[in-house]
Amino acid sequence: MSGMSAGHAKLFHRAGEPSDLLIREAHVLDPRTGLDEPRDILIRDGRIAELAPPGALSAGTVPPATQIIEAAGKHAFPAFVDPHVHLRTPGQEYKENIDTGTLAAAVGGFCQVIAMPNTAPTIDQVSVLAAVIATANEQARVPTGFLASITVGLQGSELTEMAALADTGALGFTDDGKPVTSAGVLRKALQYQRLAGGVIALHEEDPALSGEGVMHEGAVSTRLGVAGIPSISESTYVARDAAIARYEDARVHFQHLSSVESVQALAAAREGGARVSGEATPHHLTLTDEALLGLDSNLKMNPPLRREADRQAVIEGLRSGVIECIATDHAPHARHEKEMPFELAPMGTTGLETAFAAIYTELVRPGVLPLALVVERITAGGALYGLPIPKIAVDEPANVALVNLERDWVVGEGGYASRSENCCFRGRRLSGIVELTVAAGTLVFASRGSGIPTQMEVA
Amino acid sequence: MTCHLITIDDLDRAGIERILARAQSFAEVSGREIKKVPALKGRTVVNLFYESSTRTSSSFELAAKRLSADVVSIRSAGSAVDKGESLRDTVQTLSAYDPAAIVIRSPYAGAAQQVADWTDAAVINAGDGKHEHPTQALLDVFTLKQRLDTLDGLNIWIVGDVLHSRVARSDIHAFQRMGAKVTVAGPPTLIPRDIEALGCTATPSLQDLHEADVVYVLRMQNERMREAYVPSLREYIQRYQVNLQRLRPGQLLMHPGPVNRGVELSADAIDSDVALIGAQVKSGVAVRMAVLYDLLVGAPALQAVA
Repeated sequence: MSGMSAGHAKLFHRAGEPSDLLIREAHVLDPRTGLDEPRDILIRDGRIAELAPPGALSAGTVPPATQIIEAAGKHAFPAFVDPHVHLRTPGQEYKENIDTGTLAAAVGGFCQVIAMPNTAPTIDQVSVLAAVIATANEQARVPTGFLASITVGLQGSELTEMAALADTGALGFTDDGKPVTSAGVLRKALQYQRLAGGVIALHEEDPALSGEGVMHEGAVSTRLGVAGIPSISESTYVARDAAIARYEDARVHFQHLSSVESVQALAAAREGGARVSGEATPHHLTLTDEALLGLDSNLKMNPPLRREADRQAVIEGLRSGVIECIATDHAPHARHEKEMPFELAPMGTTGLETAFAAIYTELVRPGVLPLALVVERITAGGALYGLPIPKIAVDEPANVALVNLERDWVVGEGGYASRSENCCFRGRRLSGIVELTVAAGTLVFASRGSGIPTQMEVA
Repeated sequence: MTCHLITIDDLDRAGIERILARAQSFAEVSGREIKKVPALKGRTVVNLFYESSTRTSSSFELAAKRLSADVVSIRSAGSAVDKGESLRDTVQTLSAYDPAAIVIRSPYAGAAQQVADWTDAAVINAGDGKHEHPTQALLDVFTLKQRLDTLDGLNIWIVGDVLHSRVARSDIHAFQRMGAKVTVAGPPTLIPRDIEALGCTATPSLQDLHEADVVYVLRMQNERMREAYVPSLREYIQRYQVNLQRLRPGQLLMHPGPVNRGVELSADAIDSDVALIGAQVKSGVAVRMAVLYDLLVGAPALQAVA
């Protein structure tokens, strides 16, 4: 661990000046070190140089160029990691680009994100991956990793050159947005993983069951007269693919789990010895299909918001650790696309800027989940791809989210950092706002109104 | 604030009764030689139909004309929508004419609500996907009330393809709100999941059809066979066709039209005197006049008349 680089070989971002910061008297909560007390945090040369008792450090005791942030009453967490975002680059930059997407990440307190390959063209060959990595090296405000697709063009038939893609920088593989419908093709990809390495992440949905569905199949879809997506379209594929993974002793990650049956299938597979993991989104943890009665297309996503019992199962899975991480599935779409009638509008919600606040407001404040557990799960998403976990400890790379838990805000009222505004939490009053984000040693975001002067301030 | 009629839930029982009372007076106008009243003189009603429709579009047009409104009817074929113009752009264009009301029929659920969000005009949902068709429900209730005076305590069976029916969704609510008990019956593949959440009961068989006071039959489309919802037309007819053998004396028969003769209804049932199908069509104009009047002229004038 030299002081030289706080980075990782498969994370890419634009060169940022290391920030010398003193965050004074913040309440540090790091579930992995067990620290849960006020501290002064001194950040120098990209790393946490000192963790001192509150008030011990001040302008007189730190180097003169250090920027001092008074943070009494605020919480400092290890900055968050999102293993599932859509940055829409290349090809759909009208929805999002790497600059705006990673700014949204910084605004949400994230210090690392992992981007999905369902772009236009698909990230399914070395040249496309190399190009998007080059763009990230110019634009990404926080370290960004990439998954390549499992199959060429997400068509579900031919495997990509997984080994070459891994050598170029892919952290893993996914056809996210689509399932790998052929069990035979998936099995070959899992076999090939022995050569290529990298976790294979799966969007689970049996299209024979989901059909033309646009929301969860149940009382609400019946009331609205729109085609439903039954929960079994997800869970039967989780069970199927976990069985294949176990047979091949492969490493599989299940994305955005949404139903009781899927959480049960994951738990059973894990118990049976399969090397499988799962993620949950803030929206599946906090919303149900009841919210869709007004047919607001900002609430249309895949997998869909499901029943209260499903939401409870996902929460329980996160609590027990069957689901080990939180992932936003940040999926920006342009306004004119979301303004289509509900059945025609594209699936997806943005999530980076609201993830922590939504979960804090809906689950931590009411006492459903402990704050430390949420912080643990929202920082765990990179570890499954082999990335180091952000920690607030001396000599660790500086990755810090400073959050004011007492400040309320209305989603969308001050605009969005994301290029798109299709947020399922739009208009909701949330508690807890990220006021400052340090990623890989650089101050990448400080909110207006936090009193923190920075050049990175967002409109 | 502009009032709209997007779903039947926009109306409580008193609201439904207010519109039906108004419809009754307009039904009397329709019996006169000069079938026109000046209520909407100088105001514009736009009919925006993105789906083919004979009875709904013609009855809305006639209703608006009998209220002396200027009527513009736009159909999907050849319109800007087919050229890729978004619904929002179309609505903004039409809003330049400053319409008092926009009547919209769309193949997509929620389209009427979207139009309401984008215009100052009163919006009437003339059918949005498989979601709702509130004026059909109002005219169905009106037709029944003309015949039976009240729906309180009635047993109404809705038979057939409930899954794909906006009429069923609006009727289930409207009939229950007016005091009736609703049962839906049809092939299990065509009864949507958790339909009981709407307050009705569901059955896959017509065995107890004799319990119904009113049998409301839905249209059965041929494409449902291709989509494997039912194995064959023959089996559907055998199990679910409503005919005079299945009906008992005293039951009333309804259908939203257009009917597939010999499929969901037998020819003899359609033409029998228990069928209210013709009366439903006739009610359409008076009820839609009442809806336009209620939204555009409003309650104060209504009280003055009452």
